[in-house]
Amino acid sequence: MTIRTSLSRKIFLVCNTVFLLVVAFACIAPFINLLAVSFSDKVAVEAGEVTFFPVGFTTVSYEFIMNTSKFVVSLLVSLQRAAIGVPLNLLLIILTAYPLSKSTADFRARSIFSWFFVVTILFNAGLIPTYMVVKTTGLIDSIWSLVLPGALPVFSMLVVMNYMRSLPKELLEAAYVDGAGHVQTLIRVVLPVSLPTIATVALFSVVEHWNSWFDGMIYMNRIENYPLQTYLQTVVVNPQEFMRNNTDLSGNLSKYLSMVSARTTGAAQMFLAMIPILCIYPYLQKYFTTGLVMGSVKE
Amino acid sequence: MLIPAVVLVTIFSYGSMAGVVIAFQKFVPAKGMFGHQQWVGFQNFHTLFSMPNIGAVIRNTVIIAVSKMIAGIIVPVAFALLLNEVRNVFTKRFFQTLVYLPHFLSWVILSGILINLLSPSAGFVNILLTKLGIEPVYFLGDPDVFPVTMVITDIWKAFGFGSVIYLASLTGINPALYEAAVIDGANRWKQTLHITLPGISSMIVLMTVLGLANILNGGFDQIYNMYSPVVYSTGDILDTFVFRLGIEQAQYSLSTAAGLFKSGVSMIFIIISYLLADKFTGYRVF
Repeated sequence: MTIRTSLSRKIFLVCNTVFLLVVAFACIAPFINLLAVSFSDKVAVEAGEVTFFPVGFTTVSYEFIMNTSKFVVSLLVSLQRAAIGVPLNLLLIILTAYPLSKSTADFRARSIFSWFFVVTILFNAGLIPTYMVVKTTGLIDSIWSLVLPGALPVFSMLVVMNYMRSLPKELLEAAYVDGAGHVQTLIRVVLPVSLPTIATVALFSVVEHWNSWFDGMIYMNRIENYPLQTYLQTVVVNPQEFMRNNTDLSGNLSKYLSMVSARTTGAAQMFLAMIPILCIYPYLQKYFTTGLVMGSVKE
Repeated sequence: MLIPAVVLVTIFSYGSMAGVVIAFQKFVPAKGMFGHQQWVGFQNFHTLFSMPNIGAVIRNTVIIAVSKMIAGIIVPVAFALLLNEVRNVFTKRFFQTLVYLPHFLSWVILSGILINLLSPSAGFVNILLTKLGIEPVYFLGDPDVFPVTMVITDIWKAFGFGSVIYLASLTGINPALYEAAVIDGANRWKQTLHITLPGISSMIVLMTVLGLANILNGGFDQIYNMYSPVVYSTGDILDTFVFRLGIEQAQYSLSTAAGLFKSGVSMIFIIISYLLADKFTGYRVF
């Protein structure tokens, strides 16, 4: 059966496509502008001449960042944070979701533990008490202050738990009949079939760790310990301070300072910080619809 | 298997929950979190609610959050409907991929970009406005415009991702319904009105109800990175207020009291919204 295409329908389709193009453009134009600014000459940027193509192409901003600023140091902190944080998140999600996916008949304390975790979503203690706990545990200025407080992302755990619960009972019973214990069932049966959902929460965990900045700001006293986003935040909010601090730190700066400005170096740093997200976000769409929507909304 | 998670959650979540007692103390940090502090009952709350700007802060929080919530439902639904009219799968995927990019970037990066774009002197948006003969707008510096800027930029960040959910539920509508409607003589607009919208209405209700929980979340990351003392009168929300009070002015007890007030109200809204979600759409967390 074909839908008859009338003239008004054609006009609508053309307008619609044009409109969607404009909207889509509005979503990515700022990033193209950012890229152009980062490769442009300082004078052209200050004069507001740069739109979507670099004016007076130069890579001096990137050289400045690589040679003089703490950008690389904070990049390493962020990488370290993701390398510890993401596997830790996944391990705890799996270890928690599997027992909680059992029925109440198999695991009697199930609902007690479920509520134990869900309450932490419902009630948030707030800034100061959380800070005091991290301080009391002696984690200030340590990378662990960035990964331990959020080690179990409860929402992701619920998604995985709901998915595991939707698995056919026969699958688990077959494993049990074959003599597999819980650990074996989890590793050999449940995990392989749960991979799409786990991949979803893994991607979310990566994004979360990469984008966090606030905890870095309050738990880290020294700028060398700042993860990338926290470092960028200080640059964004207070670029003059950043330029001044940098002049104090290193000797070979004078040759750059005439060529770069806070705006061009800021743009270059923000663009570099975006790269990991740009690499993984095309995958997020695919997993999001299948993994998260299926896992969170019960039929 | 549960032990590691239970231990960590006990320390960091329940430990800090126990820490809300600070709100009822005259807290002296040197004595330690569970040290011998002086209890003052509800005095901190009393002080808090007699502060001159607390009314404005609560009002700003609710205005910004509610505006974001309403726009955050209308825009993604409208976008999903328009995108659904595109039949070509490749084009559809192309648009979808572009519009949800901002969602995955942090407010630190986005505000850095936006501050440059919206700058009244050399910002791209204002240069464009000037060329069109419009006066430059102080998007981030004018107290009247600031909340609007916050709502628009928040939608700009989130609508693409929000529309993914609606697109997924649009594909779940039975095509036979459309065929029947065409036979009955319904045009595209009538089909949208009578089939498509009712088809995704349960998802719209669900998202609305779950959004209720955020009634006191104006968006700390976004506002903290873009505001300035000039716009405190309309842009200061509970979270930014708590932060300034607690970290910058070291008023630990007052700040905790404000945070506790916010958490308490939020918790009530979360519970109400889950009850409503269960009642209207059968949604349960587990």
